[in-house]
Amino acid sequence: MNSMHDIGGMDGVGPLPLEENEPIFHEEWERRMFGVKVALAIEGVYNIDETRWAMERIPALRWLQSSYYEQWVDGVTRSLLEKDILTQEEIDARIEVLKNQGGE
Amino acid sequence: MSHSHTKPPVPVALRVKAIETLLTEKGVLGTGVVDAIVDVFEHELGPKNGAKVVAKAWADPEYKSWLLKDGTAAIESLGFSGFQGEYMVVVENTREVHNVVVCTLCSCYPWPVLGLPPNWYKTAPYRSRVVLNPRSVLAEFDLHIPDDVEVRVWDSTSDVRYLVLPERPAGTDGWSEEQLAALVTRDSMIGTGICRLAA
Repeated sequence: MNSMHDIGGMDGVGPLPLEENEPIFHEEWERRMFGVKVALAIEGVYNIDETRWAMERIPALRWLQSSYYEQWVDGVTRSLLEKDILTQEEIDARIEVLKNQGGE
Repeated sequence: MSHSHTKPPVPVALRVKAIETLLTEKGVLGTGVVDAIVDVFEHELGPKNGAKVVAKAWADPEYKSWLLKDGTAAIESLGFSGFQGEYMVVVENTREVHNVVVCTLCSCYPWPVLGLPPNWYKTAPYRSRVVLNPRSVLAEFDLHIPDDVEVRVWDSTSDVRYLVLPERPAGTDGWSEEQLAALVTRDSMIGTGICRLAA
């Protein structure tokens, strides 16, 4: 593999982001995303290699600017679309509804 | 998933909520399943499980030799198995060798014994540099490995997960497994820390 995922040995990536008393999740949506992705794996919607492949196809520049769980959102969304479980139109429509409810 | 240049990006929290609510309504996800999963990771899995494995290995030489030979079975015998722990390899720290674990490609980590990884474990600085210059990375954890100790870096895969068996601190002869387990830190089982007696 030759991509931005294979970063062992790369220079110029900065210091370690060490954090005292780090929470397991930093944001509620990360918590939900984690639960959804694992639940879908338990349900047999995909296996670990499929989820990995879905994330590896995130465009490189977007990947580099995304947080860890943002990459999960992109990867899971791609899997759900490719497996015809959800459509982009459905997701977009639901986002509009949620926006109008003013809730996140 | 592509965004046009004219539309502002959708907040990620909304995207997650949209997916979760749609999947629940369609019956792809059962009600309460996501909560139940998150609860396990927040309350049941975590380094305290790995600490029990380490403490037993320190206290019981037979268990230790089993653990080093067949980590998966020895760990499962204590009740820790499943997702992301299907194939476990345990590597022992000694006076001669210090082991440290990474997943250069992403974030593979032994969930049943350590829970979810800390953020730094998943980030580029750790993943890229610990294979390039492990001693300087360990120094950032305030862990200074003497020059005459060999450092071995283990790169996890989606199939194989590693657990470091840290050195047992001196001065703990006769301690119970429970007392010993209290000395075992998360970082000592990744290899970015060691176990010490409280000062």
